Amino acid sequence: MDQWLDKLHRTFIEKNGLEQILEGLGNTLLITAGALIIGVIIGVIIAIAKYFSEDVPALKPISWLCDIYVTVIRGIPVTVLLIISFFIVMTTVQNGIIPAIITFGINSGAYMAEIIRSGINAVDKGQMEAGRSLGLTKIQTMGKIILPQAVRYILPAIGNEFIALLKETSVAGYVAVEDLTRKGNIVSNNTFDVVNPRLFVALIYLVIVVILTQILSVVERRLKKNDKR
Amino acid sequence: MISVKNLQKNFEGVEVLKGIDVTINKGDVVCVIGPSGSGKSTFLRCLNLLEQPTGGEIIFEGENLLDKKVDINKHRQKMGMVFQQFNLFPHMSVLENLICAPTMLKKMPKNEAIEKAMNLLNRVGLGDRADSYPNQLSGGQKQRVAIVRALCMEPDVMLFDEPTSALDPEMVGEVLDVMKELAKEGMTMVVVTHEMGFAREVSNRVLFLDEGLIAEEGSPQQIFNEPKCERLQSFLAKVL
Repeated sequence: MDQWLDKLHRTFIEKNGLEQILEGLGNTLLITAGALIIGVIIGVIIAIAKYFSEDVPALKPISWLCDIYVTVIRGIPVTVLLIISFFIVMTTVQNGIIPAIITFGINSGAYMAEIIRSGINAVDKGQMEAGRSLGLTKIQTMGKIILPQAVRYILPAIGNEFIALLKETSVAGYVAVEDLTRKGNIVSNNTFDVVNPRLFVALIYLVIVVILTQILSVVERRLKKNDKR
Repeated sequence: MISVKNLQKNFEGVEVLKGIDVTINKGDVVCVIGPSGSGKSTFLRCLNLLEQPTGGEIIFEGENLLDKKVDINKHRQKMGMVFQQFNLFPHMSVLENLICAPTMLKKMPKNEAIEKAMNLLNRVGLGDRADSYPNQLSGGQKQRVAIVRALCMEPDVMLFDEPTSALDPEMVGEVLDVMKELAKEGMTMVVVTHEMGFAREVSNRVLFLDEGLIAEEGSPQQIFNEPKCERLQSFLAKVL
């Protein structure tokens, strides 16, 4: 036991392992949050563009573009996307975090678009008809009637996507971004402590996911409580 | 007020409306009856373009609604619609349901919209439910709110799409009473209904639709007491 504690002290304190891993955690959270914001923005735009272009013949190409985006992105592993954006597209960027945020954001956007689209579709068709029959435009009905109702289907799914995204960013080390996972490895290599840094990294992921899950269930309960239907 | 000429509607090759001609004058209460699948609801939904007709003309207040240059949203403000499934906005209180369109589209000041909405709500006996949410109301109450929501836009004509078909039998009366009241005040109404008693008592004209055409048209007296076409006779034998 004492031996183990000594080792921990050496790895995490004397050799600065803790500081480095926390730095990696900061990068991981930064990438996740940035990607989430980009993902939601892309998702909303794609979902709404698709909704409005679907049954207007003149706007069909827009609908096709949305389909192509979703199909291509969902069909390529995020690691491969990351490699492409890092080594082919954004080769001049020094800080790997920016390409990572953009790549995970674009990747997440495809999933968000599907989440938001299915949330919009979950709202009863009669709601759009009622809005239109009063003289509201399609856009007004969308903003005032449909989206406020769709949120309660969308929000929990976005929460789950957030959790998945957090774990997914662990592949960022593949292109030398120093996220939590990669920092754990670096500390292990520097200190010759093969076990502890990696287990610590796993524990951090677990704790964050548990916290996020808790927050999510509170939000879901709130949504249910405020739901007066 | 509404003049429909040779109105046609196909759904993917299936002819639902095969050429409807009818004129609805100011103050008319027109009931549309017919067997299911005869195109009654489709006809009504074509009037405010919730269904896009495939042919013909709908002249409403002097403008052809099928003209591409027409702003249908403007005209829909003048055509209130009441649905079978009520379609109240569940995330808004009753009062919010009522003032939503007037404040958004007519730029009516909020307090004026509220005053007007409360007036109408009191008249259908629901003044005390202004702050309730739709799911806290019975079916009959929901439908009365839906009627008031349409009336808040001060429409020139009201379209009713089987307004009592989704109601428990004991709640049908309260909704029909509101509609009778409305007819008495001179509102122009087009009502798709299975309530033959209402059609006979309240309407001044009845259209009998069968297989996408107006098979017979006339006063309630003519339709119910002296039906001419065989199809109408057998229909009435079944429903009366």
